[in-house]
Amino acid sequence: MEKRIGVYICHCGGNISDYVDVEKVRQSVENDDNIVLAKTTMFACSDANQNEMVEDIKNHNLDAVIVASCSPKLHLVTFRNVTERGDLNKYTYVHANIREQASWAHADNFPAATDKTIQLVKAAIAKSRTTKALEPTKIKAERSVAVIGAGVTGMKAAITLAEKDTHVFLIEKESQVGGWVAKWKDLFMTEETGDMIVKQLHEDLKKRQNVSILLNSEVIGNVGSIGNISLKIKQKEEEFDITVGSVLVATGFEPYKPKEDEFGFGKVPNVITLPEFKQLIDHEKGKLMYNGKKVENIAYIYCVGSRQPEGGNTYCSRYCCTATIHAAIEARKKFKDIQNYHFTRGVRSYGKQELLYAESLQGGDIFLQSYEDDLPTVFARNNRPVVRINDILTGGKELEVEADLVVLVTGMAPRSNDTVGSLFKLPRGRDRFFNEVHMKLRPVETVIDGITIAGACQGPKTILESVNSALAAATKSYSNISKGVLETDPQIATIDVKACTGCGDCIPECPFDAISMVEDKGKTVAVINNTLCKGCGMCTPVCPTDAIDLVAFSNVQIMGMIDALV
Amino acid sequence: MAIANRKTAKILVFSTDKISDPAIDMAGLLKLHYPPTVYTIAVPCSSGIKTKWILHAYEKGFDGVFIAADGTDCVYGETCVEKTGRVIARTHEAMKSKDIDPARLRMAAICSVCSDAFVKQIRSFNEYLLKTLHPET
Repeated sequence: MEKRIGVYICHCGGNISDYVDVEKVRQSVENDDNIVLAKTTMFACSDANQNEMVEDIKNHNLDAVIVASCSPKLHLVTFRNVTERGDLNKYTYVHANIREQASWAHADNFPAATDKTIQLVKAAIAKSRTTKALEPTKIKAERSVAVIGAGVTGMKAAITLAEKDTHVFLIEKESQVGGWVAKWKDLFMTEETGDMIVKQLHEDLKKRQNVSILLNSEVIGNVGSIGNISLKIKQKEEEFDITVGSVLVATGFEPYKPKEDEFGFGKVPNVITLPEFKQLIDHEKGKLMYNGKKVENIAYIYCVGSRQPEGGNTYCSRYCCTATIHAAIEARKKFKDIQNYHFTRGVRSYGKQELLYAESLQGGDIFLQSYEDDLPTVFARNNRPVVRINDILTGGKELEVEADLVVLVTGMAPRSNDTVGSLFKLPRGRDRFFNEVHMKLRPVETVIDGITIAGACQGPKTILESVNSALAAATKSYSNISKGVLETDPQIATIDVKACTGCGDCIPECPFDAISMVEDKGKTVAVINNTLCKGCGMCTPVCPTDAIDLVAFSNVQIMGMIDALV
Repeated sequence: MAIANRKTAKILVFSTDKISDPAIDMAGLLKLHYPPTVYTIAVPCSSGIKTKWILHAYEKGFDGVFIAADGTDCVYGETCVEKTGRVIARTHEAMKSKDIDPARLRMAAICSVCSDAFVKQIRSFNEYLLKTLHPET
């Protein structure tokens, strides 16, 4: 019976249709052999479209479905589930990546991107014609998770995982847990201090039998894949291996370090960074002193290392407006005669943080503002730092503040030590933080199966946001291994017994010892052990009679796709 | 099939599901443009690519084939490097016997974050193919 295929071409809002004529793509394939229906859709992944697909499968008696949309890393599983809801075998589903590999890759060439998209969809149709119903392969998954980084994010993730029936290895390269938060005192919006929070989390972790805290430890090796990942750990001079089913990366951030003479840093006296200022007000008592002199006038210069022009850190670090306003209020409360001057580029104290901004204004803090093309300057006069600004809030008037202390409000930057990222080959975004698969749909997953990310290693976050992402990543990592068994695609090698000559060339090629020789009707032939075969295909090119094919990547399918792409 | 003159060379890329295909995706995400006549077929592992597929691509009119190999990152083990190398060697021999320039097959290890490297490789390969196969363009 001829296959009945349904094709859906996604606009992805405008992510595809702004660069590709999706209607032309639809018209180009609607009359192809086996195509029963071809539709465009604004968002293929929307509930409405998914429901429509299920209806279409039933109403049009489809036996295969293709969606041409974003990368399969994002939505392959989504649409396989849709086909299952339409009572089709999920492995009959074929995905065409027309966003990352067409519309975005060729956003500079609308006609060529459209032509390429047509051919990618035709290739998917060619593959779809020969797809077969399959059953998933099941593999054992280690019920343990490694959490790399024992800051607040890693600690919270470890506790969340430990509450489930899984073993957690919490790996920290420093000699103590807590990361940056352990060094902080007063926080907004809580009465607890940073070190108190860390202490509570640490006490909780120490009580749990199923948590191993590995301090002074670094991951130096990584072998295997989701379900069975072997990590080599170096703890001081000792090296040992652990095996886990999933890895949660929570390696955090490092504060932006201003360049020499950036807003006078390192050149003009009494210019320090926000982390240094927080340490100062936490530890000083009575009078606020710096370099032996009493501090009264404090100038805060915002967005240092954030919102920079192209080539620098173009992102907003998000936490620093609030952190600065909070530190300024704390300084005013703790020490006498403090006057705060905030040199901002627009305050971004979102949500309840606005309350703190209001408190700051009511307390007498002065806010001045400039644009990115006319930043304040810092220079020395009589051995004191002076900040000059053309303040847009007073119609561009040039104002100067003679300060006792200038605080550069430095944002978060990705860690310069990329050992963990390199080891797991974690993709980084334009901001050089680790990249999730999708900011909204798969916010803690990476393209590497079984590796999740959380906290400030994937972008600037507050403690609250970091903890939220820790909970999400812990849940995702746990879901990978919770059943002790993982379902994987049934991509295994198959032998054409008639074509097999029993030469045995394929046997040494298999890294999993999945091939053996057996007698079959008086003839020696190769046979695949389906439970051992991982579907790499290493055995397939060496067969002199081309008797081995890989399920879902057969000669017919690959060569059919090549024919369609020409 | 006769090769028509083109502004950009027609290149078939064999990528790998878990390692090099994410890098090619990220090239798109970062809008790192490369010639639009570059088409990708993802397979599980670069060591499982068959010579007959590559030869079929040339027969059908592709100017070049690029294998975006797993390299040492292959999830199926380190032998991937050696075995992918053997696939290339075997295919080069077959190409010579069919009088096809072996340089029309290129391979580079492309890890999951190697978007820039991928785009550089493809642009350079495109230039080579245009120069040798479509000198009039």
